[in-house]
Amino acid sequence: MRDKVLEVKNLTMHYTTRKGPVYAVDDVSFYVGRGESVGLVGESGCGKTSIAISLLKLLPDNAEILSGQILLDGVDLVPLSEDEMRRFRWRRISMVFQAAMNALNPVYTVEEQIIEAMQQHMPHLSDEEMHARVDQLFELVGLDPAFKNQYPHQYSGGMRQRAVIAMALSCEPDLIIADEPTTALDVIVQDQLLKRIREIQEQLNMAMIYISHDIAVIAEVSDRVGVMYAGHLVEMASTEAIFHHPVHPYTMGLMSAFPSIVGPKRELTTLPGEPPDLLNPPPGCRFHPRCHYATSICREKTPEFVEYEEDHYVACWHPGGEG
Amino acid sequence: MRDEILVDIQHLSKLYPVETGFFTRTNLFVHAVSDLNLQIYRGESVGLVGESGCGKTTTGKLLVRLIDPTEGKIAFHAEDGVVDVATLRGKALKRFRRNVQMIFQDPYESLNPRMTIYDTVAEPLDVQGIGTLPEREERVAELLETVGLTPASSFMFRYPHELSGGQRQRVAIARALVVEPTFVVADEPTSMLDVSVRTGVMQLMQELAEKLGVTYLYITHDLAVARYMCQRIAVMYLGKMVELAETEELLHHPQHPYTRALLSAVPVPDPTYKRKPMEIKGGISKPINPPPRCRFYERCPIADDFCRDNDHPPLEDKGGNHFVACYKV
Repeated sequence: MRDKVLEVKNLTMHYTTRKGPVYAVDDVSFYVGRGESVGLVGESGCGKTSIAISLLKLLPDNAEILSGQILLDGVDLVPLSEDEMRRFRWRRISMVFQAAMNALNPVYTVEEQIIEAMQQHMPHLSDEEMHARVDQLFELVGLDPAFKNQYPHQYSGGMRQRAVIAMALSCEPDLIIADEPTTALDVIVQDQLLKRIREIQEQLNMAMIYISHDIAVIAEVSDRVGVMYAGHLVEMASTEAIFHHPVHPYTMGLMSAFPSIVGPKRELTTLPGEPPDLLNPPPGCRFHPRCHYATSICREKTPEFVEYEEDHYVACWHPGGEG
Repeated sequence: MRDEILVDIQHLSKLYPVETGFFTRTNLFVHAVSDLNLQIYRGESVGLVGESGCGKTTTGKLLVRLIDPTEGKIAFHAEDGVVDVATLRGKALKRFRRNVQMIFQDPYESLNPRMTIYDTVAEPLDVQGIGTLPEREERVAELLETVGLTPASSFMFRYPHELSGGQRQRVAIARALVVEPTFVVADEPTSMLDVSVRTGVMQLMQELAEKLGVTYLYITHDLAVARYMCQRIAVMYLGKMVELAETEELLHHPQHPYTRALLSAVPVPDPTYKRKPMEIKGGISKPINPPPRCRFYERCPIADDFCRDNDHPPLEDKGGNHFVACYKV
């Protein structure tokens, strides 16, 4: 078993809404190995971003972690206070959000913002060391250090996203969480950035959780992939296994519904129906109303997330469509 | 099927003035669409692909006359004769709207939240004065069933906020098709939808095209979606069409350096597939008063002095109806 940076055990979090509680993350368990890149894929509203903000404990007022553990190098983050948590953010675990413009302060230059993060979390560095480090970070993410004294609005979308990544890397975290960092970008810029993210992650031997709705992007950046559906983690395995031998009917459906520009043009299949409303999820397996293989047990009992093959986990009563 | 022209676009251009001061007259223009030529045949689906800001949506809006062109002609071959879309007014424009419809990207914004589904879908019939009330009800019910909102009676008197994104886009499709148009411009109709719902909407649009004989101009940034929806694909770059070919021909034998870069940048949902690396320089800029040379010159890996000193290359047939606008291929 490899060395685990992060281990999430039975994490459950909900949002309180006027119509009742929404269990956006329900009994989710997974781990991230040191230097490993883990992809989390799922459709909108499946709970992938909720997992990200739970890991950093950046929860809105109406959200609450109900149970479970988030072990970062063996230390449980769930019971920590806000002050204690602040020591972990940036330094040990940092995040890149989808909307880079909102993550940058418009009235400070990019360099000032990166230095501010370092002053908070790496106070042992001198001013010269910090300035030198900004130059290094800029080069690492593929930005010209000549632009470091500019303001965020002077950057293009791709440059801003690179600046946000530089900031997330500034305090040498053990784990970085990237939530749809390339989704708003055009394909050519996305491609350049994905390559750079993958290089940095391997070069720094840094663990990464990469969240996306796009399975093609996930295929490019992940060592292992977790598939989420309606608040549950339904399947998790090596990228190779998820793409070539998926066993959860939802993963199987997702793979054959996704168009590709390479290979022969195969027939795309459609999953019937729509994802459930999390205010009122179906009983048993949440996927059963859309599943070809559903039987009576699927309608009654929620399947456990168990090891199907070595390091291939699935929550399904009929994995691979078998009895 | 490939012989009868439905829409013939000649030298179409749209320039937008760049806002400067209130009292200064600007002589800077964004060349959103520049000298575009394209023939769309009856019954086919043409894909218009490119990155954001390349002019694909502007082209779509010009074709349905939501905006007026700066220059050029759009000849629309209606059943009762050829009309020039750019000069239509009054009754002729209203008649044209019966033939041509548009489907928008965002089903959360394109439907009026205060109108029921029935009112939304029946409104075009009302505007065009088609049918009596019972006939309209019957037509709307039938169409809702066709687009997969069954039973229609349970959807007719609901409001958009009660529907999911996929259902809303189906309503938008029903609204566009209720007047039985011959030509539909679909602007990224599936890009807001999740994968498991998207395929259903794509298949629906294809079935309807066959059943009702609709011709589509399908605007998308996603080449993989275009592959499934279109028989031909046109690639745009900064207001210019740079390549046009049959879909599989374009995907397997791209010739323009921009198309090649674009194709090699598309992520592939297969971890064992290794893409061909293709580096092009820099990011996209805005075509504000661009020099007359090839628009792709600054980023092109194969450009030379000839490209710098000559006008933007014309779109030429390089054999087998594969059109490319490049001096170097």
